[in-house]
Amino acid sequence: MADKILMKGNEAIGEAAIKSGCRYFFGYPITPQNELPAYMARRLPNEDGVFCQAESEIGAINMVYGASASGARVMTSSSSPGISLKQEGISYMAGSELPGVIVNITRGGPGLGGIQPAQSDYFQAVKGGGHGDYRTLVLAPQSVQEAVDLTMEAFDLADKYRNPVLILGDGMIGQMMEPVEFKRDISPEDLPDKEWATVGNKGRKPNIINSLSLQAEKLEELNVRMQKKYQQMKEEEVRFETIKTEDAEYVIVAFGSMARIAMGAVEKAREEGIKVGLIRPISLFPFPDEVIGMVAEQARFMLTLEMNCGQMVEDVRLAVNGRCPVYFYGRSGGVVPTTGEIYEQLMEQVRGEKE
Amino acid sequence: MIKEIIIAGFGGQGVMLMGQILAGAGMLENKEVSWLPSYGPEMRGGTANCHVIVSSERISSPFVGEPDVVVAMNLPSMDKFTPQLKKGGLLIINSSLIDSEPQRQDIRVIKIPANELAAEVGSDRAANMVALGAVVEKLKFVEVDSIISSLKDNLPERHHRLIPLNEEAIKRGMDAARE
Repeated sequence: MADKILMKGNEAIGEAAIKSGCRYFFGYPITPQNELPAYMARRLPNEDGVFCQAESEIGAINMVYGASASGARVMTSSSSPGISLKQEGISYMAGSELPGVIVNITRGGPGLGGIQPAQSDYFQAVKGGGHGDYRTLVLAPQSVQEAVDLTMEAFDLADKYRNPVLILGDGMIGQMMEPVEFKRDISPEDLPDKEWATVGNKGRKPNIINSLSLQAEKLEELNVRMQKKYQQMKEEEVRFETIKTEDAEYVIVAFGSMARIAMGAVEKAREEGIKVGLIRPISLFPFPDEVIGMVAEQARFMLTLEMNCGQMVEDVRLAVNGRCPVYFYGRSGGVVPTTGEIYEQLMEQVRGEKE
Repeated sequence: MIKEIIIAGFGGQGVMLMGQILAGAGMLENKEVSWLPSYGPEMRGGTANCHVIVSSERISSPFVGEPDVVVAMNLPSMDKFTPQLKKGGLLIINSSLIDSEPQRQDIRVIKIPANELAAEVGSDRAANMVALGAVVEKLKFVEVDSIISSLKDNLPERHHRLIPLNEEAIKRGMDAARE
Protein backbone atom coordinates (compact mmCIF):
# COMPACT_ATOMS: atom_id res chain seq x y z
CA MET A 1 0.00 0.00 0.00
CA ALA A 2 2.91 2.31 0.62
CA ASP A 3 3.46 2.43 -3.12
CA LYS A 4 0.08 4.01 -3.77
CA ILE A 5 0.00 7.62 -4.87
CA LEU A 6 -2.91 9.96 -5.38
CA MET A 7 -3.12 10.88 -9.05
CA LYS A 8 -5.49 12.43 -11.54
CA GLY A 9 -6.78 9.99 -14.15
CA ASN A 10 -5.27 11.98 -17.02
CA GLU A 11 -1.82 12.06 -15.44
CA ALA A 12 -1.98 8.44 -14.35
CA ILE A 13 -2.69 7.36 -17.95
CA GLY A 14 0.40 9.29 -19.03
CA GLU A 15 2.58 7.63 -16.41
CA ALA A 16 1.17 4.22 -17.34
CA ALA A 17 2.14 4.86 -20.97
CA ILE A 18 5.70 5.77 -19.98
CA LYS A 19 5.92 2.67 -17.80
CA SER A 20 4.81 0.63 -20.83
CA GLY A 21 7.78 1.81 -22.87
CA CYS A 22 5.98 4.61 -24.70
CA ARG A 23 8.34 7.50 -25.43
CA TYR A 24 6.38 9.38 -28.08
CA PHE A 25 3.28 11.49 -27.58
CA PHE A 26 1.61 13.74 -30.12
CA GLY A 27 -1.46 15.74 -29.26
CA TYR A 28 -3.45 18.90 -29.39
CA PRO A 29 -5.15 20.57 -26.40
CA ILE A 30 -8.81 20.08 -25.52
CA THR A 31 -10.68 19.94 -22.20
CA PRO A 32 -11.11 17.65 -20.25
CA GLN A 33 -7.93 15.76 -21.16
CA ASN A 34 -5.34 18.55 -21.03
CA GLU A 35 -3.51 17.21 -18.00
CA LEU A 36 -2.44 14.19 -20.07
CA PRO A 37 -0.45 16.04 -22.77
CA ALA A 38 0.78 18.49 -20.13
CA TYR A 39 2.08 15.56 -18.09
CA MET A 40 3.78 14.03 -21.13
CA ALA A 41 5.32 17.39 -22.03
CA ARG A 42 6.83 17.48 -18.55
CA ARG A 43 7.94 13.84 -18.35
CA LEU A 44 8.99 12.69 -21.81
CA PRO A 45 12.01 14.97 -22.30
CA ASN A 46 13.54 13.40 -19.15
CA GLU A 47 13.00 9.92 -20.58
CA ASP A 48 14.75 10.53 -23.89
CA GLY A 49 11.31 10.77 -25.44
CA VAL A 50 9.52 13.22 -27.67
CA PHE A 51 6.45 15.27 -26.89
CA CYS A 52 5.07 17.34 -29.71
CA GLN A 53 2.03 19.56 -29.68
CA ALA A 54 0.94 19.30 -33.30
CA GLU A 55 -0.72 22.07 -35.28
CA SER A 56 -3.98 20.12 -35.18
CA GLU A 57 -5.49 16.78 -34.16
CA ILE A 58 -5.01 15.57 -37.73
CA GLY A 59 -1.33 16.46 -37.58
CA ALA A 60 -1.03 14.63 -34.27
CA ILE A 61 -2.60 11.37 -35.42
CA ASN A 62 -0.40 11.31 -38.51
CA MET A 63 2.67 11.79 -36.32
CA VAL A 64 1.42 8.78 -34.37
CA TYR A 65 1.22 6.88 -37.67
CA GLY A 66 4.82 7.79 -38.46
CA ALA A 67 6.24 6.91 -35.05
CA SER A 68 4.34 3.64 -35.06
CA ALA A 69 5.59 2.76 -38.57
CA SER A 70 9.12 3.14 -37.27
CA GLY A 71 8.38 0.57 -34.58
CA ALA A 72 7.92 2.78 -31.51
CA ARG A 73 5.21 2.61 -28.87
CA VAL A 74 3.24 5.82 -29.25
CA MET A 75 0.19 7.54 -27.79
CA THR A 76 -2.16 10.37 -28.58
CA SER A 77 -5.11 11.64 -26.60
CA SER A 78 -8.00 13.98 -27.11
CA SER A 79 -11.64 14.48 -26.26
CA SER A 80 -14.69 13.87 -28.44
CA PRO A 81 -14.49 16.60 -31.14
CA GLY A 82 -10.74 16.05 -31.40
CA ILE A 83 -11.20 12.29 -31.68
CA SER A 84 -13.59 12.88 -34.58
CA LEU A 85 -10.82 14.79 -36.34
CA LYS A 86 -8.43 11.89 -35.81
CA GLN A 87 -10.70 9.32 -37.42
CA GLU A 88 -9.12 9.51 -40.87
CA GLY A 89 -5.70 8.78 -39.36
CA ILE A 90 -7.07 5.95 -37.21
CA SER A 91 -8.58 4.32 -40.32
CA TYR A 92 -5.22 4.68 -42.09
CA MET A 93 -3.46 3.10 -39.10
CA ALA A 94 -5.90 0.19 -39.09
CA GLY A 95 -5.49 -0.21 -42.86
CA SER A 96 -1.70 -0.13 -42.55
CA GLU A 97 -1.88 -2.52 -39.57
CA LEU A 98 -0.13 -0.12 -37.23
CA PRO A 99 -0.34 -0.33 -33.44
CA GLY A 100 -0.94 2.75 -31.31
CA VAL A 101 -2.87 3.82 -28.24
CA ILE A 102 -5.51 6.53 -28.54
CA VAL A 103 -7.19 7.98 -25.46
CA ASN A 104 -10.63 9.57 -25.64
CA ILE A 105 -11.57 11.45 -22.48
CA THR A 106 -15.13 11.86 -23.69
CA ARG A 107 -17.18 15.03 -23.27
CA GLY A 108 -20.79 15.73 -24.16
CA GLY A 109 -21.67 16.16 -27.83
CA PRO A 110 -22.61 16.42 -30.63
CA GLY A 111 -20.59 19.14 -32.31
CA LEU A 112 -18.29 21.14 -30.13
CA GLY A 113 -20.67 20.14 -27.34
CA GLY A 114 -19.70 20.79 -23.74
CA ILE A 115 -16.85 19.78 -21.48
CA GLN A 116 -18.60 17.63 -18.89
CA PRO A 117 -18.32 13.80 -18.82
CA ALA A 118 -20.30 11.72 -21.32
CA GLN A 119 -20.34 8.32 -23.01
CA SER A 120 -21.81 9.50 -26.27
CA ASP A 121 -18.84 8.37 -28.38
CA TYR A 122 -19.66 4.68 -27.87
CA PHE A 123 -20.86 4.11 -31.44
CA GLN A 124 -17.86 5.91 -32.90
CA ALA A 125 -15.49 3.93 -30.68
CA VAL A 126 -16.82 0.41 -31.19
CA LYS A 127 -18.16 0.43 -34.74
CA GLY A 128 -14.99 1.63 -36.45
CA GLY A 129 -15.22 5.40 -36.27
CA GLY A 130 -13.64 6.23 -39.62
CA HIS A 131 -14.23 4.77 -43.07
CA GLY A 132 -13.68 1.18 -44.10
CA ASP A 133 -14.21 -2.25 -42.53
CA TYR A 134 -12.05 -1.90 -39.45
CA ARG A 135 -12.40 -1.98 -35.69
CA THR A 136 -10.30 -0.65 -32.88
CA LEU A 137 -10.00 -2.61 -29.68
CA VAL A 138 -11.83 -0.51 -27.08
CA LEU A 139 -11.17 -0.61 -23.33
CA ALA A 140 -13.31 1.36 -20.87
CA PRO A 141 -11.91 1.98 -17.37
CA GLN A 142 -14.12 2.80 -14.37
CA SER A 143 -11.43 4.04 -12.01
CA VAL A 144 -8.03 5.68 -12.12
CA GLN A 145 -6.36 2.38 -11.20
CA GLU A 146 -8.15 0.60 -14.00
CA ALA A 147 -7.22 3.40 -16.41
CA VAL A 148 -3.58 2.66 -15.53
CA ASP A 149 -3.92 -1.11 -15.86
CA LEU A 150 -5.83 -0.92 -19.14
CA THR A 151 -3.39 1.60 -20.63
CA MET A 152 -0.57 -0.84 -19.93
CA GLU A 153 -2.56 -3.66 -21.49
CA ALA A 154 -3.50 -1.46 -24.45
CA PHE A 155 0.12 -1.17 -25.56
CA ASP A 156 0.58 -4.95 -25.46
CA LEU A 157 -2.67 -5.55 -27.33
CA ALA A 158 -1.87 -2.92 -29.96
CA ASP A 159 1.44 -4.69 -30.67
CA LYS A 160 -0.11 -8.16 -30.52
CA TYR A 161 -2.71 -7.32 -33.17
CA ARG A 162 -0.89 -4.54 -35.02
CA ASN A 163 -4.06 -2.49 -34.57
CA PRO A 164 -4.97 0.76 -32.82
CA VAL A 165 -6.39 0.40 -29.31
CA LEU A 166 -8.72 3.01 -27.87
CA ILE A 167 -9.02 3.85 -24.19
CA LEU A 168 -12.54 5.19 -23.77
CA GLY A 169 -12.73 7.26 -20.61
CA ASP A 170 -14.71 10.38 -19.81
CA GLY A 171 -14.23 13.70 -18.04
CA MET A 172 -14.86 12.09 -14.69
CA ILE A 173 -12.17 9.42 -15.12
CA GLY A 174 -9.75 12.02 -16.49
CA GLN A 175 -10.29 14.67 -13.84
CA MET A 176 -10.73 12.66 -10.66
CA MET A 177 -7.94 11.67 -8.30
CA GLU A 178 -7.70 8.23 -6.76
CA PRO A 179 -4.86 6.18 -5.25
CA VAL A 180 -2.96 4.21 -7.88
CA GLU A 181 -0.08 1.83 -8.09
CA PHE A 182 1.96 0.98 -11.17
CA LYS A 183 2.45 -2.74 -11.40
CA ARG A 184 5.17 -2.70 -14.03
CA ASP A 185 7.84 -0.46 -15.46
CA ILE A 186 9.34 -1.48 -18.78
CA SER A 187 11.67 0.52 -20.97
CA PRO A 188 11.67 0.54 -24.79
CA GLU A 189 14.84 -1.61 -24.77
CA ASP A 190 12.90 -4.41 -23.07
CA LEU A 191 10.51 -4.68 -26.02
CA PRO A 192 11.01 -7.15 -28.87
CA ASP A 193 11.92 -5.76 -32.31
CA LYS A 194 9.13 -5.38 -34.83
CA GLU A 195 10.36 -6.99 -38.02
CA TRP A 196 7.70 -5.21 -40.10
CA ALA A 197 8.80 -1.71 -39.01
CA THR A 198 10.56 0.77 -41.31
CA VAL A 199 13.85 1.07 -39.49
CA GLY A 200 16.34 0.79 -42.40
CA ASN A 201 16.52 -2.13 -44.82
CA LYS A 202 20.18 -3.09 -44.70
CA GLY A 203 20.43 -6.77 -45.55
CA ARG A 204 16.76 -7.36 -46.24
CA LYS A 205 13.95 -6.35 -48.58
CA PRO A 206 12.32 -3.00 -47.80
CA ASN A 207 9.27 -2.97 -45.54
CA ILE A 208 6.44 -0.95 -46.99
CA ILE A 209 3.75 0.50 -44.75
CA ASN A 210 0.82 1.81 -46.70
CA SER A 211 -2.97 1.62 -46.75
CA LEU A 212 -3.37 2.15 -50.50
CA SER A 213 -4.23 -0.98 -52.48
CA LEU A 214 -5.66 -0.39 -55.95
CA GLN A 215 -6.22 -4.04 -56.81
CA ALA A 216 -9.60 -5.08 -55.44
CA GLU A 217 -8.58 -8.71 -54.84
CA LYS A 218 -5.47 -7.64 -52.91
CA LEU A 219 -7.51 -5.23 -50.80
CA GLU A 220 -10.05 -7.94 -50.13
CA GLU A 221 -7.20 -10.17 -48.92
CA LEU A 222 -6.25 -7.45 -46.42
CA ASN A 223 -9.84 -7.19 -45.27
CA VAL A 224 -10.12 -10.93 -44.80
CA ARG A 225 -6.91 -10.93 -42.76
CA MET A 226 -8.15 -8.04 -40.64
CA GLN A 227 -11.47 -9.79 -40.00
CA LYS A 228 -9.49 -12.80 -38.75
CA LYS A 229 -7.76 -10.49 -36.26
CA TYR A 230 -11.12 -9.20 -35.04
CA GLN A 231 -12.35 -12.77 -34.71
CA GLN A 232 -9.27 -13.61 -32.65
CA MET A 233 -9.93 -10.55 -30.46
CA LYS A 234 -13.46 -11.85 -29.86
CA GLU A 235 -12.02 -15.20 -28.78
CA GLU A 236 -9.15 -13.93 -26.64
CA GLU A 237 -9.71 -10.37 -25.50
CA VAL A 238 -13.21 -10.10 -24.06
CA ARG A 239 -13.01 -8.47 -20.65
CA PHE A 240 -15.87 -7.85 -18.25
CA GLU A 241 -16.81 -7.86 -14.59
CA THR A 242 -19.95 -9.39 -13.13
CA ILE A 243 -21.20 -8.35 -9.72
CA LYS A 244 -23.85 -10.33 -7.85
CA THR A 245 -25.24 -11.83 -11.06
CA GLU A 246 -25.36 -15.44 -9.75
CA ASP A 247 -28.87 -15.13 -8.32
CA ALA A 248 -29.89 -11.85 -9.98
CA GLU A 249 -33.45 -11.43 -11.22
CA TYR A 250 -32.76 -7.95 -12.53
CA VAL A 251 -29.51 -7.12 -14.26
CA ILE A 252 -27.94 -3.75 -14.98
CA VAL A 253 -25.47 -3.42 -17.86
CA ALA A 254 -23.22 -0.36 -17.69
CA PHE A 255 -19.61 0.56 -18.47
CA GLY A 256 -17.03 3.07 -17.21
CA SER A 257 -18.18 5.82 -14.85
CA MET A 258 -21.82 4.79 -15.24
CA ALA A 259 -21.01 1.31 -13.94
CA ARG A 260 -19.63 2.81 -10.74
CA ILE A 261 -22.71 4.90 -10.20
CA ALA A 262 -24.86 1.83 -10.93
CA MET A 263 -22.84 -0.16 -8.38
CA GLY A 264 -24.15 2.11 -5.61
CA ALA A 265 -27.72 1.45 -6.78
CA VAL A 266 -27.10 -2.32 -6.85
CA GLU A 267 -25.85 -2.23 -3.25
CA LYS A 268 -28.84 -0.19 -2.12
CA ALA A 269 -31.29 -2.54 -3.85
CA ARG A 270 -29.58 -5.60 -2.32
CA GLU A 271 -29.98 -4.05 1.14
CA GLU A 272 -33.72 -3.94 0.37
CA GLY A 273 -33.62 -7.63 -0.54
CA ILE A 274 -34.05 -7.04 -4.28
CA LYS A 275 -31.92 -9.38 -6.34
CA VAL A 276 -30.06 -7.05 -8.66
CA GLY A 277 -26.77 -7.74 -10.42
CA LEU A 278 -24.43 -5.81 -12.67
CA ILE A 279 -22.54 -6.74 -15.82
CA ARG A 280 -19.77 -4.29 -16.60
CA PRO A 281 -18.24 -4.61 -20.06
CA ILE A 282 -14.57 -3.59 -19.82
CA SER A 283 -13.74 -4.35 -23.45
CA LEU A 284 -16.44 -2.63 -25.51
CA PHE A 285 -14.99 -4.13 -28.67
CA PRO A 286 -14.84 -7.08 -28.47
CA PHE A 287 -18.17 -6.92 -26.63
CA PRO A 288 -18.96 -9.48 -23.91
CA ASP A 289 -21.95 -10.96 -25.80
CA GLU A 290 -21.61 -14.41 -24.33
CA VAL A 291 -21.91 -13.55 -20.65
CA ILE A 292 -24.77 -11.12 -21.32
CA GLY A 293 -26.60 -13.83 -23.29
CA MET A 294 -26.05 -16.35 -20.51
CA VAL A 295 -27.20 -14.07 -17.71
CA ALA A 296 -30.23 -13.06 -19.82
CA GLU A 297 -31.48 -16.67 -19.51
CA GLN A 298 -32.17 -16.12 -15.80
CA ALA A 299 -32.97 -12.38 -15.79
CA ARG A 300 -36.50 -10.95 -15.71
CA PHE A 301 -35.12 -7.91 -17.47
CA MET A 302 -31.90 -6.09 -18.24
CA LEU A 303 -31.51 -2.37 -17.71
CA THR A 304 -28.80 -0.69 -19.75
CA LEU A 305 -27.51 2.54 -18.24
CA GLU A 306 -25.40 5.01 -20.19
CA MET A 307 -24.35 8.64 -20.14
CA ASN A 308 -25.81 9.08 -23.62
CA CYS A 309 -29.16 8.65 -25.38
CA GLY A 310 -28.85 4.88 -25.90
CA GLN A 311 -25.92 3.40 -27.80
CA MET A 312 -24.51 0.32 -26.05
CA VAL A 313 -28.11 -0.79 -25.49
CA GLU A 314 -28.15 -1.87 -29.16
CA ASP A 315 -25.28 -4.28 -28.54
CA VAL A 316 -26.92 -5.48 -25.34
CA ARG A 317 -30.11 -6.26 -27.30
CA LEU A 318 -28.11 -8.18 -29.91
CA ALA A 319 -26.42 -10.17 -27.14
CA VAL A 320 -29.68 -10.83 -25.28
CA ASN A 321 -31.35 -11.79 -28.55
CA GLY A 322 -34.89 -11.71 -27.17
CA ARG A 323 -34.21 -13.83 -24.08
CA CYS A 324 -35.51 -11.07 -21.78
CA PRO A 325 -36.73 -7.48 -22.13
CA VAL A 326 -33.95 -4.86 -22.35
CA TYR A 327 -34.68 -1.39 -21.00
CA PHE A 328 -32.62 1.76 -21.18
CA TYR A 329 -32.03 4.82 -19.05
CA GLY A 330 -29.51 7.53 -19.79
CA ARG A 331 -28.53 11.13 -19.16
CA SER A 332 -26.76 13.10 -21.82
CA GLY A 333 -24.99 16.33 -22.61
CA GLY A 334 -22.56 15.91 -19.74
CA VAL A 335 -25.09 15.34 -16.96
CA VAL A 336 -23.84 12.76 -14.46
CA PRO A 337 -26.72 10.98 -12.71
CA THR A 338 -26.64 10.36 -8.98
CA THR A 339 -26.81 6.93 -7.39
CA GLY A 340 -30.24 7.84 -5.99
CA GLU A 341 -31.56 8.68 -9.45
CA ILE A 342 -30.33 5.37 -10.86
CA TYR A 343 -31.86 3.51 -7.92
CA GLU A 344 -35.23 5.16 -8.62
CA GLN A 345 -35.05 4.19 -12.29
CA LEU A 346 -34.23 0.62 -11.36
CA MET A 347 -37.08 0.44 -8.86
CA GLU A 348 -39.54 1.85 -11.37
CA GLN A 349 -38.73 -1.01 -13.75
CA VAL A 350 -38.87 -3.56 -10.92
CA ARG A 351 -42.31 -2.30 -9.85
CA GLY A 352 -43.47 -2.40 -13.48
CA GLU A 353 -42.34 -6.03 -13.69
CA LYS A 354 -44.35 -7.01 -10.61
CA GLU A 355 -47.61 -5.48 -11.85
CA MET B 1 -18.24 3.90 7.23
CA ILE B 2 -18.35 6.36 4.36
CA LYS B 3 -18.01 10.13 4.50
CA GLU B 4 -18.96 12.28 1.54
CA ILE B 5 -17.79 15.87 1.54
CA ILE B 6 -18.21 18.87 -0.75
CA ILE B 7 -15.72 21.70 -0.35
CA ALA B 8 -16.60 24.90 -2.19
CA GLY B 9 -15.45 28.47 -2.50
CA PHE B 10 -14.15 30.90 -5.05
CA GLY B 11 -11.16 30.18 -7.24
CA GLY B 12 -7.93 31.03 -5.41
CA GLN B 13 -9.18 30.09 -1.93
CA GLY B 14 -7.51 26.70 -2.17
CA VAL B 15 -10.60 24.52 -1.99
CA MET B 16 -9.14 21.99 -4.44
CA LEU B 17 -6.01 21.63 -2.32
CA MET B 18 -8.10 21.14 0.83
CA GLY B 19 -9.82 18.23 -0.86
CA GLN B 20 -6.58 16.74 -2.13
CA ILE B 21 -5.00 16.87 1.32
CA LEU B 22 -8.06 15.25 2.86
CA ALA B 23 -8.16 12.48 0.23
CA GLY B 24 -4.41 11.96 0.52
CA ALA B 25 -4.72 11.62 4.31
CA GLY B 26 -7.39 8.96 3.90
CA MET B 27 -5.15 7.12 1.47
CA LEU B 28 -2.27 7.15 3.98
CA GLU B 29 -4.62 5.39 6.40
CA ASN B 30 -5.37 2.73 3.78
CA LYS B 31 -8.91 3.96 3.32
CA GLU B 32 -10.66 4.12 -0.03
CA VAL B 33 -10.70 7.71 -1.31
CA SER B 34 -11.74 9.72 -4.33
CA TRP B 35 -11.42 13.38 -5.25
CA LEU B 36 -13.52 14.83 -8.05
CA PRO B 37 -13.12 18.48 -9.03
CA SER B 38 -15.59 20.75 -10.71
CA TYR B 39 -13.90 21.75 -13.92
CA GLY B 40 -14.76 24.18 -16.61
CA PRO B 41 -14.10 27.64 -17.93
CA GLU B 42 -13.38 28.84 -14.42
CA MET B 43 -10.92 31.40 -13.18
CA ARG B 44 -9.67 33.20 -10.10
CA GLY B 45 -12.72 34.72 -8.47
CA GLY B 46 -15.10 32.23 -10.12
CA THR B 47 -16.60 29.32 -8.20
CA ALA B 48 -14.81 26.06 -7.57
CA ASN B 49 -15.66 22.92 -5.68
CA CYS B 50 -14.52 19.37 -5.19
CA HIS B 51 -16.21 16.19 -4.06
CA VAL B 52 -14.20 14.06 -1.65
CA ILE B 53 -15.15 10.60 -0.44
CA VAL B 54 -13.30 8.77 2.33
CA SER B 55 -14.60 5.29 2.98
CA SER B 56 -13.76 2.01 4.63
CA GLU B 57 -15.31 0.20 1.64
CA ARG B 58 -15.04 0.37 -2.13
CA ILE B 59 -16.42 3.67 -3.40
CA SER B 60 -19.13 3.43 -6.02
CA SER B 61 -19.82 6.85 -7.52
CA PRO B 62 -17.17 9.51 -6.88
CA PHE B 63 -19.90 12.07 -7.54
CA VAL B 64 -21.40 13.33 -4.27
CA GLY B 65 -25.13 13.92 -4.55
CA GLU B 66 -26.00 14.09 -0.83
CA PRO B 67 -22.99 15.17 1.21
CA ASP B 68 -22.46 14.43 4.92
CA VAL B 69 -20.37 17.59 5.17
CA VAL B 70 -20.35 20.82 3.17
CA VAL B 71 -17.57 23.35 3.63
CA ALA B 72 -18.67 26.75 2.32
CA MET B 73 -15.80 29.18 2.01
CA ASN B 74 -18.02 31.91 0.56
CA LEU B 75 -21.70 32.83 0.31
CA PRO B 76 -22.52 31.52 -3.20
CA SER B 77 -21.13 28.14 -2.11
CA MET B 78 -23.33 28.06 0.99
CA ASP B 79 -26.40 28.93 -1.07
CA LYS B 80 -25.61 26.33 -3.70
CA PHE B 81 -24.71 23.33 -1.55
CA THR B 82 -26.75 23.70 1.67
CA PRO B 83 -29.88 22.27 -0.01
CA GLN B 84 -27.94 19.13 -1.00
CA LEU B 85 -26.78 18.30 2.54
CA LYS B 86 -28.08 15.11 4.12
CA LYS B 87 -30.59 15.57 6.91
CA GLY B 88 -28.51 15.99 10.07
CA GLY B 89 -25.44 16.76 7.93
CA LEU B 90 -22.80 19.28 8.87
CA LEU B 91 -22.35 22.70 7.31
CA ILE B 92 -19.04 24.41 8.00
CA ILE B 93 -19.26 28.11 7.22
CA ASN B 94 -16.38 30.49 6.74
CA SER B 95 -17.90 33.25 8.86
CA SER B 96 -15.14 35.66 7.85
CA LEU B 97 -16.85 36.02 4.49
CA ILE B 98 -20.41 34.82 5.17
CA ASP B 99 -22.63 36.84 7.49
CA SER B 100 -26.01 35.37 6.62
CA GLU B 101 -27.68 32.29 8.10
CA PRO B 102 -28.35 29.06 6.21
CA GLN B 103 -32.01 28.41 5.40
CA ARG B 104 -32.27 24.92 6.89
CA GLN B 105 -33.11 23.86 10.46
CA ASP B 106 -32.44 20.12 10.05
CA ILE B 107 -28.66 20.39 9.77
CA ARG B 108 -25.78 21.12 12.12
CA VAL B 109 -23.90 24.35 11.48
CA ILE B 110 -20.55 25.53 12.73
CA LYS B 111 -19.11 28.91 11.97
CA ILE B 112 -15.36 29.31 11.66
CA PRO B 113 -13.82 32.74 11.06
CA ALA B 114 -11.25 31.09 8.82
CA ASN B 115 -9.64 34.20 7.36
CA GLU B 116 -9.22 35.90 10.75
CA LEU B 117 -7.80 32.80 12.41
CA ALA B 118 -5.43 32.30 9.49
CA ALA B 119 -4.29 35.93 9.70
CA GLU B 120 -3.53 35.36 13.37
CA VAL B 121 -1.10 32.57 12.52
CA GLY B 122 0.59 34.60 9.83
CA SER B 123 -1.38 34.69 6.58
CA ASP B 124 -5.06 34.87 5.77
CA ARG B 125 -4.27 32.80 2.68
CA ALA B 126 -4.16 29.80 5.01
CA ALA B 127 -7.92 30.16 5.61
CA ASN B 128 -8.40 26.91 3.70
CA MET B 129 -6.16 25.08 6.19
CA VAL B 130 -8.15 26.50 9.13
CA ALA B 131 -11.33 25.18 7.52
CA LEU B 132 -9.63 21.85 6.85
CA GLY B 133 -8.74 21.65 10.54
CA ALA B 134 -12.42 22.12 11.38
CA VAL B 135 -13.34 19.30 8.98
CA VAL B 136 -10.81 16.95 10.57
CA GLU B 137 -12.04 17.76 14.08
CA LYS B 138 -15.70 17.19 13.24
CA LEU B 139 -15.30 14.29 10.82
CA LYS B 140 -13.36 12.14 13.29
CA PHE B 141 -12.43 9.79 10.44
CA VAL B 142 -8.87 10.78 9.53
CA GLU B 143 -6.07 11.53 11.96
CA VAL B 144 -4.48 14.95 12.07
CA ASP B 145 -1.05 13.32 11.67
CA SER B 146 -2.17 11.91 8.32
CA ILE B 147 -3.40 15.35 7.31
CA ILE B 148 0.01 16.84 8.11
CA SER B 149 1.80 14.10 6.11
CA SER B 150 -0.60 14.59 3.22
CA LEU B 151 -0.04 18.36 3.39
CA LYS B 152 3.67 17.70 2.81
CA ASP B 153 2.90 15.34 -0.09
CA ASN B 154 0.60 17.84 -1.76
CA LEU B 155 2.61 21.04 -1.38
CA PRO B 156 5.22 21.63 -4.06
CA GLU B 157 8.79 21.65 -2.73
CA ARG B 158 9.11 25.41 -3.17
CA HIS B 159 6.32 26.00 -0.67
CA HIS B 160 7.65 23.66 2.01
CA ARG B 161 8.82 26.57 4.16
CA LEU B 162 5.10 27.30 4.66
CA ILE B 163 4.42 23.92 6.24
CA PRO B 164 4.73 25.12 9.89
CA LEU B 165 2.32 27.99 9.22
CA ASN B 166 -0.16 25.62 7.57
CA GLU B 167 0.14 23.14 10.44
CA GLU B 168 -0.61 25.93 12.87
CA ALA B 169 -3.62 26.98 10.79
CA ILE B 170 -4.97 23.41 10.78
CA LYS B 171 -4.65 23.24 14.58
CA ARG B 172 -6.43 26.59 14.97
CA GLY B 173 -9.27 25.26 12.88
CA MET B 174 -9.49 22.15 15.04
CA ASP B 175 -9.56 24.23 18.23
CA ALA B 176 -12.24 26.53 16.81
CA ALA B 177 -14.42 23.57 15.80
CA ARG B 178 -14.07 22.00 19.24
CA GLU B 179 -15.38 25.11 21.02
